[in-house]
Amino acid sequence: MLFQIHEPGETPLPHESDRPVAVGIDLGTTNSVVAISEDALTATVLADSDGHKLLPSVVYYGTDGSVVVGDQARYKILDVPDQVVSSIKRLMGRGGEDVKSLAGALPYTVEPSETSGMVHLKVAGRVLSPVEISADILRAIKARAETALDKKVERAVITVPAYFDDSARTATRDAARLAGIEVLRLVNEPTAAALAYGLDNSVEGLYAVYDLGGGTFDVSILRMEKGVFQVKATGGDAALGGDDIDHAVAEYFLDLHAKSCSTRALTAGEAKQTLAMARQAKECLSRQAEGQWRVEVGPETSMHKLNRATLEKLAAPFIARTVSICKGVIEDAGVDVGDIRGVVLVGGATRMPAVRKAVQDLFDKEPLSDINPDEVVAVGAALQAAALTQGSDTLLLDVTPLSLGIETVGGIVEKVIPRNQPIPVAMAQEFTTYQDGQTAMSIHVVQGEREMVDQCRSLARFVLQGIPPLVAGAARIRVTFAVDADGLLTVSAMETTTGAEQQVAVKPSYGLDEEEMAKMLRAALEHGREDMAQRVLAESVVEAKRSALAVQAALGVDGHLLSDQERQGIEDALARVEAAVQTTDRDAVIAAAENLEAATKGFAEKRMDHGIRKALAGLAVGDVERTFE
Amino acid sequence: MASLSTSENRSTPSLNPCWSCKGPVDKRALFCSVCGAVQGPNDTDHFTRLGLPMDYHVPPDHLDRQYFGFQRRMHPDRFAAKSPKEKALSQAQATALNDAYETLTDPVKRAVYLLNHVGHVIDLHGASTITDPVLLMEQLEMREVLAEAETPEQAAGLLSKAEHDAHQCQHDMAHAFQHGDYAEAARLVLRLKYLQKLVEDAKSRKSRLAKGS
Ligand SMILES: Nc1ncnc2c1ncn2[C@@H]1O[C@H](COP(=O)(O)OP(=O)(O)OP(=O)(O)O)[C@@H](O)[C@H]1O
Ligand SMILES: [Mg+2]
Ligand SMILES: [Zn+2]
Repeated sequence: MLFQIHEPGETPLPHESDRPVAVGIDLGTTNSVVAISEDALTATVLADSDGHKLLPSVVYYGTDGSVVVGDQARYKILDVPDQVVSSIKRLMGRGGEDVKSLAGALPYTVEPSETSGMVHLKVAGRVLSPVEISADILRAIKARAETALDKKVERAVITVPAYFDDSARTATRDAARLAGIEVLRLVNEPTAAALAYGLDNSVEGLYAVYDLGGGTFDVSILRMEKGVFQVKATGGDAALGGDDIDHAVAEYFLDLHAKSCSTRALTAGEAKQTLAMARQAKECLSRQAEGQWRVEVGPETSMHKLNRATLEKLAAPFIARTVSICKGVIEDAGVDVGDIRGVVLVGGATRMPAVRKAVQDLFDKEPLSDINPDEVVAVGAALQAAALTQGSDTLLLDVTPLSLGIETVGGIVEKVIPRNQPIPVAMAQEFTTYQDGQTAMSIHVVQGEREMVDQCRSLARFVLQGIPPLVAGAARIRVTFAVDADGLLTVSAMETTTGAEQQVAVKPSYGLDEEEMAKMLRAALEHGREDMAQRVLAESVVEAKRSALAVQAALGVDGHLLSDQERQGIEDALARVEAAVQTTDRDAVIAAAENLEAATKGFAEKRMDHGIRKALAGLAVGDVERTFE
Repeated sequence: MASLSTSENRSTPSLNPCWSCKGPVDKRALFCSVCGAVQGPNDTDHFTRLGLPMDYHVPPDHLDRQYFGFQRRMHPDRFAAKSPKEKALSQAQATALNDAYETLTDPVKRAVYLLNHVGHVIDLHGASTITDPVLLMEQLEMREVLAEAETPEQAAGLLSKAEHDAHQCQHDMAHAFQHGDYAEAARLVLRLKYLQKLVEDAKSRKSRLAKGS
């Protein structure tokens, strides 16, 4: 039987050509973009048939159940604003209280949800969560990529604002799941942009990325060199972007309108239309010095002038806030402004001359924007998708954007993982019981920098159950908080005096619980069941092949420890695995793998004995790497 | 004169069964040399994990190079297409590397870690008051200079003095560790902690004065 020898850690993947391609997706507040990279060095942004690269993150819901995403949906704001949803990203993992009103009017009909804290919107007779609406955008993106590539697209790197909290990240991952996309990694938007700039080695050293998009603001300071992208510090505001300037402009116009016309409260539709008009005015004034716009509330119409100077006055508080966040991040990174070699501009809102000027003044250098600021994030995501699937030497080392803490007595937060820690990271905290015989304990996890629980963002409540009943203070429960490379939190717990693993029941504060998610998955995937079954089968096949290869490698090295008969037993078990992985029968695959495990038990023992004897005789068993030059 | 030795004992075989091919693997190995499968992190010290000698003096460039080198091989991004088990092990490895790196890059944490390692346990959080009269005087004086600084230049002057002292303090610390003088190292650690705080405060004072507020 043949076996291959691989570099350590380079166990072969199933044929890459058999697997669907992986793309990079920038799921933006205003625009979404998808790109692909073949070689992890260059990437192409995928356009629709009209050559448009940006897909407006706007969704129209027809009363007949139809769903339209993109430019066509945007035009519908004029006729049927109630059936159109935009800027949904701002509500990912958020509660109803986070919906921003315009002149006292909410641009959406908010529905309270019984099962989760996340806001639900009533649109065209349907009640939808931000996760479902984002999933519709992702489906459109997936369809665009599949048309452009003429291939199935099932895996993606999706970008999120660096400052997204755990709830918003989880919501993004759930949306992808609903859309039938496997998320290879959630990458922070500024880090993705840095990757796009840094990979051709044109930039090296300490850089800042300033990303002001439609809904979110991020700033990261990274060290880039020879394929390493090390984030030193990150900061931002997940609810600060061009949308806020639109709001200020809309309020300004509405105030003028109110002076000449009779006043009444806006409908949700009028609020949306006024915001769309304000955005037009704002974008126009990046190019020209002044203009005139029409405000319509019901039958009453008025025309108003706006010039760049006035716009800049309206935008000033938001720009000032980005500057003060930048200063905080520079301090957190422990560097001086002078050490920063360049600053990269990302996001459509950085086209505003006032924003450019503020950035230039702060960093005291001309900002870089050679890569299109609308596309650079998707390009970076595509490069990372290729790196993850094809292998590469690039290393992205990101950090936690927000401190993670738990509620203690009196509503005070005790920090467990501070911000700007390199991820993945894990920290353990010990708890004890305060009552005799106590068997359960509730832990409230929050994210944020403030000292009091109610000033931080509530993430979840965990209930630890199955604590052995002991006298108060005797149990020692070690709770481990781990943040993975996607920036997602998991919690595990163990009672250390007995070693008993605890169950952790999660109740996300602004998420969808498992039950709701399962319901949505069932509803969304008529053909999804099949997809799911296939994925599960693929996983068992990968696992079975991996153990067969491992056994073959072991036979190559230690086969001489076996008698002919023993060897034959193992060869038979290997053949059974080989045959099973050709079928689509998951149970057969699993049974064959278990059979192989049983058939090699004696061999494994012999190998361990042999290894120990060898080591006692002073012979090395394998090598241990130590230095990198 | 005792220098720190690594905790590893090379005379007894330290072998684990590989989770994948079940054969023997050196406990320190990252990958199985037979089947190539990634292994879980062992419970070694932070220095050994990063392939460094157990010494207070660590050139930052060398530390970074070692850290990047190990992360290049162990980071979860390298295992994105692998089985859940391999992903989990790589995450555990990368987490351990980050923990080691975070501890060793910070001159105070590194000293505390080394002191704890030799049984000289110190708790910096508990040490909120200075009992060492020399250190107390020095800090009081420097604090006074900082409080009285009225121009950015005055703040900058103190800043560069504090930075210089912190640098010297690290140098002395390396010396103390080299000679096994842990009591002296423990004293210096406290001083370094206060000097670092002073550097931070002098920086923000300087930029506040520069803004003219
Ligand atoms: N010429 C322009 N002048 C001013 N603002 C502009 C201009 N072009 C686009 N914008 C603004 O940029 C924002 C959209 O930028 P972008 O597409 O980068 O955001 P996004 O990626 O969708 O959002 P986010 O990254 O926050 O999720 C909008 O607020 C839009 O009005
Ligand atoms: Mg963006
Ligand atoms: Zn092995």
